Amino acid sequence: MSDLNKLTLSAARDGLRAGDYTSAELTEACLSAIEGAGALNAFVHNTPEIAREQAKAADARLAAGDAPAMCGLPIGIKDLFATKHAPTQAASAILEGFKPEYESTVTSKLFDAGSVMLGKLNMDEFAMGSSNETSTYGDVISPWRRGNEDTPLTPGGSSGGSAAAVSADLCLAATGTDTGGSIRQPAAFTGIVGIKPTYGRCSRWGIVAFASSLDQAGPMTKSVRDAAMMLETMCGHDMKDSTSADLPVPNFEAMLTGDIRGKKIGIPKEYRLDGTPDEIVKLWDDGAAMLKDAGAEIVDITLPHTKYALPTYYVIAPAEASSNLARYDGVRYGHRAKLAQGEGINDMYEKTRAEGFGKEVQRRVMVGTYVLSAGFYDAYYNKARKVRTLIKRDFEDAFAAGVDAILTPATPSPAFGLGEVSDSDPIQMYLNDVFTVTVNLAGLPGISVPTGLSSTGLPLGLQLIGKPWEEGDLLNIAHSLEGAAGFVSKPEKWW
Amino acid sequence: MSIDIDTARRVAKLARIRVEEDALPALAAEFNAVLGFIEQLSEVDVEGVEPMTSVTPQRLKRRKDGVTDGEMQDKILANAPDAREGFFAVPKVVE
Repeated sequence: MSDLNKLTLSAARDGLRAGDYTSAELTEACLSAIEGAGALNAFVHNTPEIAREQAKAADARLAAGDAPAMCGLPIGIKDLFATKHAPTQAASAILEGFKPEYESTVTSKLFDAGSVMLGKLNMDEFAMGSSNETSTYGDVISPWRRGNEDTPLTPGGSSGGSAAAVSADLCLAATGTDTGGSIRQPAAFTGIVGIKPTYGRCSRWGIVAFASSLDQAGPMTKSVRDAAMMLETMCGHDMKDSTSADLPVPNFEAMLTGDIRGKKIGIPKEYRLDGTPDEIVKLWDDGAAMLKDAGAEIVDITLPHTKYALPTYYVIAPAEASSNLARYDGVRYGHRAKLAQGEGINDMYEKTRAEGFGKEVQRRVMVGTYVLSAGFYDAYYNKARKVRTLIKRDFEDAFAAGVDAILTPATPSPAFGLGEVSDSDPIQMYLNDVFTVTVNLAGLPGISVPTGLSSTGLPLGLQLIGKPWEEGDLLNIAHSLEGAAGFVSKPEKWW
Repeated sequence: MSIDIDTARRVAKLARIRVEEDALPALAAEFNAVLGFIEQLSEVDVEGVEPMTSVTPQRLKRRKDGVTDGEMQDKILANAPDAREGFFAVPKVVE
């Protein structure tokens, strides 16, 4: 059978169990797709030896009738996850050559469940970016193009390599991480599904830290069913992450009943921004109509502090980043600058960090340093933490009034050309996360589902936001939306 | 609040990132753009609002204060740019 790499996770799982093909065959199909897709720059460290070994072990388990949930399924891993003895550098020059002696909790769970690792995926440096243009490995090129144009487009970011790889069928699914929209925005830009679970669902242990109070891992997949299946494997309590939730993980896939009758879906009026393209507004209205047809009740809601979410984020995230990234000092791992005669340890720190960090990372570390510095801590950092409380309270009020989930656009536009936004001031790039960043600040689960195409033929997605710990219900509503929208478009292969 | 070149120099120093003197004016301008954006927060009335400490209400788990891991000096030093005799090696710190 050809084109095994084009299968969804759930279809491949069923086919493996039925004996239609082996994990070795599935893995070879993906490895050759990766080999032919160098132009996308999605996979940056290939691990075919690990993949073939894991596939062989998976086939043995399948033959023995002892196959765990993800047995034999080839996936890609974002470069932010520590993978034992395999390059892990958060797309930064400062971690060049770093090979962890340990495995992140999330990847451990995926491998224990039988997944096959094809390699590490490109991303924005330290997950700071919305277009995958800040990576030390260079830009990721989206497999999608505007009509017949050959302008290279962004796959979004920061999980841009994951999005491009899944969309181009280089792997069946991929891991992503989301601090302000880094799973949901690239998923929307490339026509795939991406879910960020409730803060605390996935252990952060072994994931290179950006902003610890906002970071969450999640799956990026070809369908909502695949997202349910892979998320269940990634979740669960971990003593090594003090913010990891000690709650049972439900069987999310079993909750995809398609029945959403009586569910109350909120439409927040503050998300109707001036200047949002008509096609995004129409996509949103159409999505609400689809959920209504499926038996849900659509209600208008208000989230009054929405406009303060981005400025709040751009205090809290850089503040936490400046603290988290203090560890890159050239002493314990990664790059160390060459010193001139007579230079001391402070020169080593300063030169190492100037050489190792890219421009956007330097900017955020310094903004974070400033907002935490004596005299400004109250005015900026504490103020932002108070506004964050208000942003979360907006959602709590909506849920207390009976809303089950909230429907919004995932992004304010379709994917843009590489260089089109990054060449202007940084604020323009930050605005990409306007619909997603509130969800991280409130710690809620959010999912992006592809539901249509732009006038230029590019994917557009809608976001559903759920109640804390209610990923199962959220996935079920997303499943219903996915079925009604019937999005089946794929990028035409040019690479 | 506007950031001048002296403040930009001081912030770079605090962040331990070497910024050459001729790059400071551009850096100060970038800081001002970002700070101008976050200045919007001053409009929000936060009277009586608690600053968020944990996004999910939870009591951090406790465990016995005991040694649970260790004896892996070689692994800890494996990625060091310079390690000697079981230690991380750095340039001279004290004169």
